[in-house]
Amino acid sequence: MFDQHRPALPPRPGVGYKPQHFAALMDDPAPVGWLEIHAENYMGGGGRPLAQLRALAERFPVSIHGVGLSIGGEGPLDAAHLARLKRLCDTVQPASFSEHLAWSTHGAEFLNDLLPLPYTSTTLARVADHIDRVQEVLGRQMLLENPSSYLAFADSTWSETDFLAELVRRTGCGLLLDVNNVFVSATNLGYSPQGYIDAFPLDAVGEMHLGGHDADTDDHGAPLLIDSHGREVADPVWALLDHTLAASGPKPLLIEWDTDVPDWPVLRTEALRAAEALARVPA
Amino acid sequence: MTVAHFRAALLAPDMAPPPGLTDGAGRPAGRRFDVYRNNVAVGLAEALETGFPVLRKLLGPETFRQFAGLALRAHPPRSPLMMEYGQDLPDFLAGFAPLAHLPYLADVARLELALRRAYHAEDATPVAPETLAALPPERLMAARLRLAPAVQVIRSPWPIHAIWALNMAGGPKPVAGAQDVMIGRPDLDPAPWLLPPGGADAIAALRSGARVETALQGGGETDLAGLFTCLLAAGAIVHVSEEECP
Repeated sequence: MFDQHRPALPPRPGVGYKPQHFAALMDDPAPVGWLEIHAENYMGGGGRPLAQLRALAERFPVSIHGVGLSIGGEGPLDAAHLARLKRLCDTVQPASFSEHLAWSTHGAEFLNDLLPLPYTSTTLARVADHIDRVQEVLGRQMLLENPSSYLAFADSTWSETDFLAELVRRTGCGLLLDVNNVFVSATNLGYSPQGYIDAFPLDAVGEMHLGGHDADTDDHGAPLLIDSHGREVADPVWALLDHTLAASGPKPLLIEWDTDVPDWPVLRTEALRAAEALARVPA
Repeated sequence: MTVAHFRAALLAPDMAPPPGLTDGAGRPAGRRFDVYRNNVAVGLAEALETGFPVLRKLLGPETFRQFAGLALRAHPPRSPLMMEYGQDLPDFLAGFAPLAHLPYLADVARLELALRRAYHAEDATPVAPETLAALPPERLMAARLRLAPAVQVIRSPWPIHAIWALNMAGGPKPVAGAQDVMIGRPDLDPAPWLLPPGGADAIAALRSGARVETALQGGGETDLAGLFTCLLAAGAIVHVSEEECP
């Protein structure tokens, strides 16, 4: 559907880029296979963020990950924001562009969080329209990421995996499978994470995410996991990754660590663990 | 359940969660909704903490967190560019009665906002000091200067440069009095410079296309050497035009 001349992300570990790691990354002879940046942090006119991004993009394949487009929002997409994304993609020529199945803008307000939506035929049509618009403006396929859920909507008539599969069928988009999100959502909503993976359209997956979560409980004492990105990836998530990779084959794997960001060697160790998971994938 | 309802309950901690949200087993979502409330409030408060480090020092972390909680509810972001968040904060502070006894805070917040804008401003190559020094004085006085996109001026009846310096760079205790500050970004790191008397007016005139000579007259007794020292240190001058029309 899209003529993708650009090289895709390599099926190797990557990390979410943090400016405090710039020097360590550039000095490390064999750091990681690729980097992901949050699009909105690089939408200024210039300065250090763009200077660093230019230097990194010369050395690493880059994935641009948007956190502010509100693809799951009720209103139309923000045309000015979409134009900024286009400008950034034209400048960086990233190996991948991804966004979330979530909303963050309501009316004129931006709430700076990935908020959930019910899965209905109405929301499906709207999200599909938004994805069509993004892919049309950017002139490239986008990947859509599954959310981490803390609650469910009584109104939902689609399962999340069917909803995502139907979006792929209607729009030709790819998917970003966040394995930690699957584990968090499945635990929080009481379904099997392996069952979710088995129902997931793995052929459409262009990238996977791994991150740490925190544990809490709900009003009834049931486990409530929080997708915090502030610690190591949990052991059951690594196990779920093995289950996923056995079915999907090797994919680009990203380590996300966004709060209490550790020094570079700690992040690099997580990336090495992802490399070991990839090495275990049967040929 | 509507998105409007969801949104309203997000920033109203005492409001019941919207109906139609469950725990996946049909029971009401209850405190599960608080995860989203917490994510939004903590995320925005942390953005304000990062954006206003001096304000946070002046108020103390506890008071700042309480103030940020009110500020973020009064003025949620209006753009997905979080680098721009907090533009309403100085005016909100200026009208915030519980902190009216610290009237300089709003201008300190303006200074911090300007530094953040400068950090992200478009790149521009400054004119080398030697180039400017090589220009005969009469030609410099007749020239027009274009200033870098990062350059901003904050005028204050309070010693905001000294307050900033004390809290960020261990400067001496501020002395009461007005201070005009120019923000510039010589390379990639923005910084504030204390402007000499008349400097702010002169920069405004230069911005509007006035010749150097005219700009210097506008502010009364402008300290020419002091102003150019600031402009050069801040990498503020990016073009010298000697043509008749700008």
